[in-house]
Amino acid sequence: MASDRIFGLVVAVVALAYIAGATQIQTSFLSDPVGPKTFPIMIGTVAALAATFMVLKPDPEPNWPVLRTFGALFFAVVVLVLYAFSLKPMGFIIPTAITAAVLSYQIKPQFAKAALSGVGLSIGLFILFKFALDLGLIGFPKSWTS
Amino acid sequence: MDIMSNLALGFSIALSPYTLMLAVAGCFLGTIIGALPGLGPSNGVAILIPITFTLGLDATSALVLMTSVYYGAMYGGRISSILLNIPGDEPALMTTLDGYPMAKAGRAGDALVLSGFASFYGALFATIGLMFLAPLLSRVAYQFGQAEYFALYLLAFCTLGGMASNNQAKSAIAACIGLGIAMIGYDSRGMPRLTGGNLHLFDGIDFLVAIVGLFAIAEVFFFIESHGKKSSIGVKLDKVRIPWKDIYATRWTMFRSSVVGFIAGILPGAGASLGSFLAYMSEKSIAGKDGGFGKGAIKGVAAPEAGNNAAAGGALVPMLTLGVPGSGTTAVLLALLMTLNITPGPTLFTDRPEVVWGLIASLLIANFVLLLMNVPMVKIFVKVLMVPPWILLPGVTMVSFVGIYSLSGSYFDLLLMVGFGVLGYVLRKLDIPTVPVILGILLGGHMEDALRNAMVISGGDFMYLFSSPIAIGLWIAAIVGFVAPMFLRRFLKKPQAVTD
Repeated sequence: MASDRIFGLVVAVVALAYIAGATQIQTSFLSDPVGPKTFPIMIGTVAALAATFMVLKPDPEPNWPVLRTFGALFFAVVVLVLYAFSLKPMGFIIPTAITAAVLSYQIKPQFAKAALSGVGLSIGLFILFKFALDLGLIGFPKSWTS
Repeated sequence: MDIMSNLALGFSIALSPYTLMLAVAGCFLGTIIGALPGLGPSNGVAILIPITFTLGLDATSALVLMTSVYYGAMYGGRISSILLNIPGDEPALMTTLDGYPMAKAGRAGDALVLSGFASFYGALFATIGLMFLAPLLSRVAYQFGQAEYFALYLLAFCTLGGMASNNQAKSAIAACIGLGIAMIGYDSRGMPRLTGGNLHLFDGIDFLVAIVGLFAIAEVFFFIESHGKKSSIGVKLDKVRIPWKDIYATRWTMFRSSVVGFIAGILPGAGASLGSFLAYMSEKSIAGKDGGFGKGAIKGVAAPEAGNNAAAGGALVPMLTLGVPGSGTTAVLLALLMTLNITPGPTLFTDRPEVVWGLIASLLIANFVLLLMNVPMVKIFVKVLMVPPWILLPGVTMVSFVGIYSLSGSYFDLLLMVGFGVLGYVLRKLDIPTVPVILGILLGGHMEDALRNAMVISGGDFMYLFSSPIAIGLWIAAIVGFVAPMFLRRFLKKPQAVTD
């Protein structure tokens, strides 16, 4: 109930902002009868209508996880974001081993197994990608190798 | 004898050692992907596309590899349905109903072989159907103008949305999210739109980033939530032999299910889950109360597998001829075609016959390869089920990251991918289907162009959209496709949302 209503409201607000954004699009000199604004505005309108419907007629509440699991999910997102930033400066092997180990630990909280799967995946995938598939990955930070 | 000469061309490509090797590799990978619970065909194909792209394969080779993976995943899905009572992918859901009871009754090997053969029957039927129907349909598609294409895209959203969720408003929101994302970046006339001044967004959002995020990364979050709980193999699998008697007894079931599945697959948006569902339900009603459905009936094992594999082939028909995918996985395959700069549609058959016929010939070969892999060698894939999720899911994440990273080398795409993963998690929690989002991102630009070009032709008269019989027919079909499921839902109660 509440989840659908909240999500519907969020979508409605985003849709209105989207429509507002679409009206600001500059029309090019190669003008056509429809122009670059119409279709985005149509999409925003349909989304706003459907979102209103969702607010008025919500479905039963889904099974949200307990707060602790939410914490774990949030932590996973943070780790993945850090991983995204570290891949270039830190090279593939170290960030991958850490990230894989953290995710593995979150699925099955056993330290030894998580560490093993982190290191194993990191080295295994590096060999696969670098040498079998010939992707241009950097193993370690550049400052280490030069 | 157009088809014969075309097929000869196709086989001349497909039988080259390199293409053949790719097909075999694809079948093998696909069966593994299908067998692993939590890694369905759309996930599997999605994470492999960026890698395929960076490998620099030519169009035909890439397409052969990925469709072999697609077919393989459809075969493989049944393995965990039968042995674990967990569908390896969603179309295999119906196979759990009789497959698992049959396995528990000590006939696990027979169930695997029978369903493997049914998969082969359905897939072969559909590939041959594709061979005959696709060229015909592409000729019809030649008549399509801009107004018809606009209506066709609308039809795809309506039928897919109608089938994919139990709530039309949620499907509509999903489609709008996708379409809205597709508008970001330069439009077809070179005007930047809705970028918020962010330079990374001027080229738009790469659909591969969205697909991998929505499918693969979201799946990882679900596994973290459930802590990878999964049951172990509770049934005994001893010597695998071929149950000729059962195959013979289900020959008409396989035929009927293949027909039903193929038709379900062709309908835009319906997909393989519907194919297996309809095949199972119709066989159940034909067999009646004494059929023993739900208690390990051999027909209950053969029907859904023939149905879902036939639907998988059928779904390729609208994807190749019209550029409108019939299911989630074919939407992902469409993304592959677009990445390779191939425009699906009627002209594909005349401009790039080597791609289409090479693909069809490869699919024919892949079927026989898959039959070999899934019957005598099925025990190898059973071992795959032992890979624990605490290794599998981190592995999937890392492959996703490397794939997307190797496309652009930009951390921004990786952040977007994680964002799409979170979005996918929230959407699925709220029972909002993710496939219309993908479809929207893929087709948004084309749909808008169809509308704009139609308006250029008509000088801004919106009635032009309803000016031909084909267009009117498509509009009616779209409305029916969107509205009808609301009324049919009572009869077609789905066990869960369709995401194949």
